[in-house]
Amino acid sequence: MNERVYEIGLTVNGVPRSATAPARRLLSDFLRHDLGLTGTHVGCEHGVCGCCTVLLDGDPVRSCLTFAITVEGREVTTVEGLADPDGTLSPVQQAFQDSHGLQCGFCTPGFLCTVTALLRDNPAPTEAEVLEGISGNLCRCTGYQNIIKAVLSLSRGVSRTAQENGAGNATTQRGSGDHVR
Amino acid sequence: MFGEPIVRVEDPRLLTGQGRYLDDLGRGALAAAFVRSPYAHARITGIDVDGALDVDGLVAVYTWEDLPGRVGEPLPLLIPHPALTHGRTAYPLARDVVRHVGEPVVMVVARDRYLAEDAAGRIQVTYQPLPVVVGIEKSASAEYLVHDDVPGNVGAFLVQEVGDAPAAIDAAPHVLEFRLDIERSASMPLEGRGVYARWDADDESLRVYSSTQTSTSVRMAIAAKLGLPPAKVEVIAPDVGGGFGVKIVHPWPEEVLVPWAARLLNQEVKWAEDRREHFVSSAHERGQVQFVRVGFDDEGRVLGLDVKILHDHGAYTPYGIIIPIITSTQLLGPYKLGAYRAEVTSLYTNTLIVTPYRGAGRPQGVFCMERTMDRIAAHLHLDRIDVRAANLIQPDEFPYDQGLIFQDGRPLIYDSGDYPALLRKARDLIGWDSFGSLRAVATAEGRRIGIGFACYVEGTGVGPYEGGHVEVDSSGRVHVSTGLTSQGQGHQTVFAQIAAAELGVPISDVQVTTGDTRRFGYAVGTFASRAAVMSGNAIALACRRLKEKALRIAAEALEADPRDLEIADGQVYVRGNPSASIPLRTVAVLSNPLRYAFDEEAQRATQFATGSSPDEPPIAPGEEPGLEGKDYYSPVRSTFAAGAHAAIVETDPDTAEIRILRYAVVHDCGRLINPRIVEGQIHGGVAQGIAGALYEKMEYDSDGQLLNASFMDFLMPYATEIPRIEIDHLETPSPLNPLGIKGAGEAGVIPVSAVIASAIEDAEGFEISAMPISPDDLFRLRRH
Repeated sequence: MNERVYEIGLTVNGVPRSATAPARRLLSDFLRHDLGLTGTHVGCEHGVCGCCTVLLDGDPVRSCLTFAITVEGREVTTVEGLADPDGTLSPVQQAFQDSHGLQCGFCTPGFLCTVTALLRDNPAPTEAEVLEGISGNLCRCTGYQNIIKAVLSLSRGVSRTAQENGAGNATTQRGSGDHVR
Repeated sequence: MFGEPIVRVEDPRLLTGQGRYLDDLGRGALAAAFVRSPYAHARITGIDVDGALDVDGLVAVYTWEDLPGRVGEPLPLLIPHPALTHGRTAYPLARDVVRHVGEPVVMVVARDRYLAEDAAGRIQVTYQPLPVVVGIEKSASAEYLVHDDVPGNVGAFLVQEVGDAPAAIDAAPHVLEFRLDIERSASMPLEGRGVYARWDADDESLRVYSSTQTSTSVRMAIAAKLGLPPAKVEVIAPDVGGGFGVKIVHPWPEEVLVPWAARLLNQEVKWAEDRREHFVSSAHERGQVQFVRVGFDDEGRVLGLDVKILHDHGAYTPYGIIIPIITSTQLLGPYKLGAYRAEVTSLYTNTLIVTPYRGAGRPQGVFCMERTMDRIAAHLHLDRIDVRAANLIQPDEFPYDQGLIFQDGRPLIYDSGDYPALLRKARDLIGWDSFGSLRAVATAEGRRIGIGFACYVEGTGVGPYEGGHVEVDSSGRVHVSTGLTSQGQGHQTVFAQIAAAELGVPISDVQVTTGDTRRFGYAVGTFASRAAVMSGNAIALACRRLKEKALRIAAEALEADPRDLEIADGQVYVRGNPSASIPLRTVAVLSNPLRYAFDEEAQRATQFATGSSPDEPPIAPGEEPGLEGKDYYSPVRSTFAAGAHAAIVETDPDTAEIRILRYAVVHDCGRLINPRIVEGQIHGGVAQGIAGALYEKMEYDSDGQLLNASFMDFLMPYATEIPRIEIDHLETPSPLNPLGIKGAGEAGVIPVSAVIASAIEDAEGFEISAMPISPDDLFRLRRH
């Protein structure tokens, strides 16, 4: 029994790309294995961890919950497309390095895509908005401390002092609060 | 350089999608998938693979009967121990009986993973279910057995004893008895395990990539299993997306089967674990029940402590009883007790194997000791920190011998520390003494808050050894390698900092390779907070050898005394006369008498005289060509880091939701190589500790089904669940190693459950004896 395959064409990081794949091929697998763009990672394959987050026409989506064939003709940005063509890190990438916002690096591409969109839509997020904005991405290494610090360092709404203090200050209260899954 | 919080050199690669994790390799390799047992305990009565044969792209199907010789034997028991009288390990593919859900039964190889899973789904395995043993107490009751030949389900019975604790307790003015429970959690790295193997038929050699914490030992295991000379097996740990302990176990079944199949098929084969597989086929940790009996005096000094621990080690014991050994020794923490006895019964259950997860038995031991301290304080109406202070080992008592044998088989002797200072700093950082007024304000507002405290000692940098190799090439680049692996700890940065500081070269000239047996063959692995201590010191020692050689060669070239030479910025120069200098890269050329002028540096080097006389060999006896240094660091015993954590929590009077308002850490890991990286390690550890205290547990039903085997149901914290972590350091150097460092990797996680339990107890006014604790659990406790 042979599976029917389709030619799937889309624009990835500004470059038209195409490959042949069956209808059930996930966008994450299509990017990684058919196009060889392995920067997008797969951590759970059920849409919870956020490692596979890419930008689809600019908006963050879970590429592990998206069939490649459904994004035919659309525009995808992956972590490989965030830096300048000359290799200069994007502000988000640079902030993650400066703030030590990554350790093993596996979740990082998803965070970078999520945060890139977050800051584009809201250039001055408050700490609460940052927390909300990244609350769909899991990280097992950093305890999120320096990821939050990195994002806040780019927020135009956060004062220099608050940035130096890291993720808020001692009286900032956050916890399990109202987070619902 | 050493001690500076520089940014990491590995980051630009990882930030731009240029990392190379296991499943990023081997595009075009065949894919493996496994049929895994859906039963927790069953006899296999038949395997029908016919349905799979129609799947286009199917390459091979293997069951246990297909596995030849040593490949089909049970996996090794890595760490035998006299107390482990009934150690049992699994077959790589189940033979006759399965003992936990997720145990691999059939291996399928196909053109890609989709097709391999299609084929796996069409294989019919029939089972005859057997009685299931789930839960520590059900196992201890021994109504049913996990292994027919293991009476009572007892794999090991271990006693640790100093003095006569039962007698000391009987004679004590105050005695308390209570029970504590800790649930299972798991390392849960965001990248699962994975193996990719290439067989080179012409060379009869094997290259294996594995997402492992020990590539050198995986190599030895594969060589032994496949009957290959180790020299024909290379194992590389590529970028690894987190480990936290689970990837130190080796060889996993897949680490034997994938290379075996690649060789047999003479084609590249890869297996990358998916998340559901990870939940049911990689290891868990933590589950224990503890029965505590303690005797103490009016000041709260512990005169005798007697703990009976039931430890759940799952269906098999490939990693021995390291966790019970650590729990029962590290339970003592920073305290000196009158007498101590711990008795561990390590039990089989029909659940996934239990092997070290960050902390490795310490969180359970610390939970026991710190809950005990709080109970004593409550009983005597004393301040909780004061009771701890009354029991502390004092700074002038180091080295302090606890009188037990530690996990490395060496005496449990603490090398250095200042525990009273740790307590003071943590007390100040959280504002312990002013908490009363904070609580008064909260109470007036109808809010409920509590404060908690716990301390710990962590044996780090266990032996037996690690090695380091350093080479300077003729372009001046410094190549550092060590055998142990990296999973995000920033080794490429910190080891480069050490090498740059030791050699006097710019850090940008230093390139570090870890976990690649092609570069360094002998290593132990990355666990037990040992990488910085072990490989860091080995690399420092290797650099010192290289430096000594460089100065000798440079002295000859500069016609100077080596004792007058220094290296800075990659230049060897005569102290006080910077004009008399020679670049290290030129020294590298001079170190090799064979000097074809391949590059400019070799041509330039000819201006320096080469010393050897016509009557001597160009390489003197005992010398080697090349500017290299290699050395090993092998400590007499572990070095002991310590810390104190404190937290303020708020519990909702109506909904019983638990919120951490503040979390404070004081940590002593000796000299800091890179404070930014150490703090990152603490952050991650504390977050995993909070996860284990409030959110994560493995929910097995009585049939041995893991009910929450997905990220939808196993509640790993997001950013919204982790509070800001405040950190202060103390730096008590270790006298045991040249760099004076202690390990830091696991520390953050160790006391968190104890701290949170302490704080919730303080907020609620009743005893907290079991962790993790959910709002649901707390709500129920309130109604009792």
